[in-house]
Amino acid sequence: MAVPKLEQLSKSVVQGPSLATGAIPTRDWMDIPVHFKEGNYAYPAKKEKVEYLDSQKGLSFPNARIWSPEDDDWKLPEDWKEIILNGLKERLGKFRSLKIFMDCCVRCGACADKCHFFLGTGDPKNMPVMRAELLRSIYRNDFTLAGKLLGRMAGAREMTVGVLKEWFMYAYQCTECRRCSVFCPYGIDTAEITIILRELLHLVGVGINWILEPVSNSNRTGNHMGLQPHTYKDNVEFLADDIENLTGVRINPPFNKKGAEVLFITPSADVFAEPGLYTAMGYLILFEAIGLDYTWSTYASEGGNFGLFTNNESMKKLNAKMYAEAKRLGVKWILGGECGHMWRVLHQYMDTMNGPADFLEVPKSPITGTVFDNTASTKMVHISEFTADLIKHGKLKLDKSRNSHVKATFHDSCNPARAMGLLDEPRYILDHVVDWVEMPENTIREQTFCCGSGTGLNTDEIMELRMRSGLPRANAVKYVHEKHDVNMLSCVCAIDRATLTSLMDYWNPGVRVCGISELVGNALVLEGETRGELDDGLRTLL
Amino acid sequence: MPTLEHNGSTFQVDEDGFLLKGMEEWNDNWVDYVKSSEGISELTDEHTKVIDALQEYYKKNGIAPMVRILSKTTGFPLKRIYELFPSGPGKGACKMAGLPKPTGCV
Repeated sequence: MAVPKLEQLSKSVVQGPSLATGAIPTRDWMDIPVHFKEGNYAYPAKKEKVEYLDSQKGLSFPNARIWSPEDDDWKLPEDWKEIILNGLKERLGKFRSLKIFMDCCVRCGACADKCHFFLGTGDPKNMPVMRAELLRSIYRNDFTLAGKLLGRMAGAREMTVGVLKEWFMYAYQCTECRRCSVFCPYGIDTAEITIILRELLHLVGVGINWILEPVSNSNRTGNHMGLQPHTYKDNVEFLADDIENLTGVRINPPFNKKGAEVLFITPSADVFAEPGLYTAMGYLILFEAIGLDYTWSTYASEGGNFGLFTNNESMKKLNAKMYAEAKRLGVKWILGGECGHMWRVLHQYMDTMNGPADFLEVPKSPITGTVFDNTASTKMVHISEFTADLIKHGKLKLDKSRNSHVKATFHDSCNPARAMGLLDEPRYILDHVVDWVEMPENTIREQTFCCGSGTGLNTDEIMELRMRSGLPRANAVKYVHEKHDVNMLSCVCAIDRATLTSLMDYWNPGVRVCGISELVGNALVLEGETRGELDDGLRTLL
Repeated sequence: MPTLEHNGSTFQVDEDGFLLKGMEEWNDNWVDYVKSSEGISELTDEHTKVIDALQEYYKKNGIAPMVRILSKTTGFPLKRIYELFPSGPGKGACKMAGLPKPTGCV
């Protein structure tokens, strides 16, 4: 599916007939069916991936089959409606937040223009209030007295195949970034609405491959990429070879080392694909510089958790390896790399899902003595918190001039920013390693705009959608690119590193993407180094 | 799933045009088919070297190599690999070699 040319797409966003440009829909939203065509949906999960997941203990992924959203018949189970309604009933009982979010929205519309998908597509059903309404209308019909008595007059409608298809369309045009929630006077968490929609769809076998294949890989090998232990080890060692070529310092990364003080877990993309590789080289250089007693794990070899994008059970199962490995290796605490959604899972769910991790200690930096009380329950520290603390105590020898080829800006990755409040630590690090500027105020910190491709939407067949939903972020980058010559978009998320690269290549050519730890690695002076002039830092090709 | 025919061989492919059954169904006719669809004018020893390296790595690791590892094992700089396979090592070369496309945060 070819992506339209930039001129064409940008014109379409600002001039095309849509609610965002002032074209008022002529029909009631309930009467507008969804239409699937090549390019507006992510490919359905492959039959064998669904079968494999369904066969795994504790997981349920029924109705494996070959199907296409473009077909009229989605080959749903005969009793699909009963399954969906029972599934909703179960979740309303289980999750109080869902019940509250269904009941408390007053449809004030504060969220409407805060969503990057709405801004990029102008589709009214991408207003967060409407996205929730897709589910709320069914809730009203079957679970509230007003809806049962008054039906459509009370905003209720019956569950039909058309509604199910609409759910599939819009549950996969939301990245669970929670920017809308920041502006909601009631604090309705639209991510949770999307989570429930996706869970319900999985009950009848409706899901996408770009999510279920990583989930299946992660269940089998410990990471989304499907890197087996020997491959994982080879890849990290390959990066160590590159570092030796660049700096003259030989690093021997420890793997599965029992009794190490710290277990380090990061997204597997960091040890597989550019530009994440350079972030991973940054981690290696940092740990070497401070002589950290740590270990990589070839089992807990993934920080990310695409289970979060499917259902509660797979999220819990995939997450369990972190504490299990920490226990097996006998480490004191866990250090986590630059991943986005991983931190929502760790910060908000891990402790209650797979904890308490009472066999671990409250994390304490062996270099500075700082106790990370904020992680007293999860026992897991973010690499940016850890690095900022090292800098604050003067433990790193940094040469900012080694990043003189970079003029950076910082993209607050949605989950670290909004799901764990990591706002100042990355900025503190940047201040010490690189020349950088902020993007406009309403696009950073809590109000950060999503990359547009999170929650497993980073697949190529929906590239036009991704470029549309990423436009608000790209537009803010364009501003600092033009005004301050920014040439590097830094971030703390692996999905960002992959997707912002495509986004920049499309909207802002000349702006590259990196993790914060890459910039740290560039600037760090290692003992015994024989480093020449690296005019492109760790990316320099020798 | 779509099926396609080329020089008398039948191939099942996924939505991205990758071989559904991977190397199991891979043969010279597949290489010839991808050659034309990828706009590669002539297949050289260099192409074959990349394909062999990919397949050998895949047999050991169950996944495509990092592009840098591919570059090291073949001795071709990244630039040369992109010249050989205009749509890139992940799409063009992996497709031609019968490897699946990597997924995840990539």
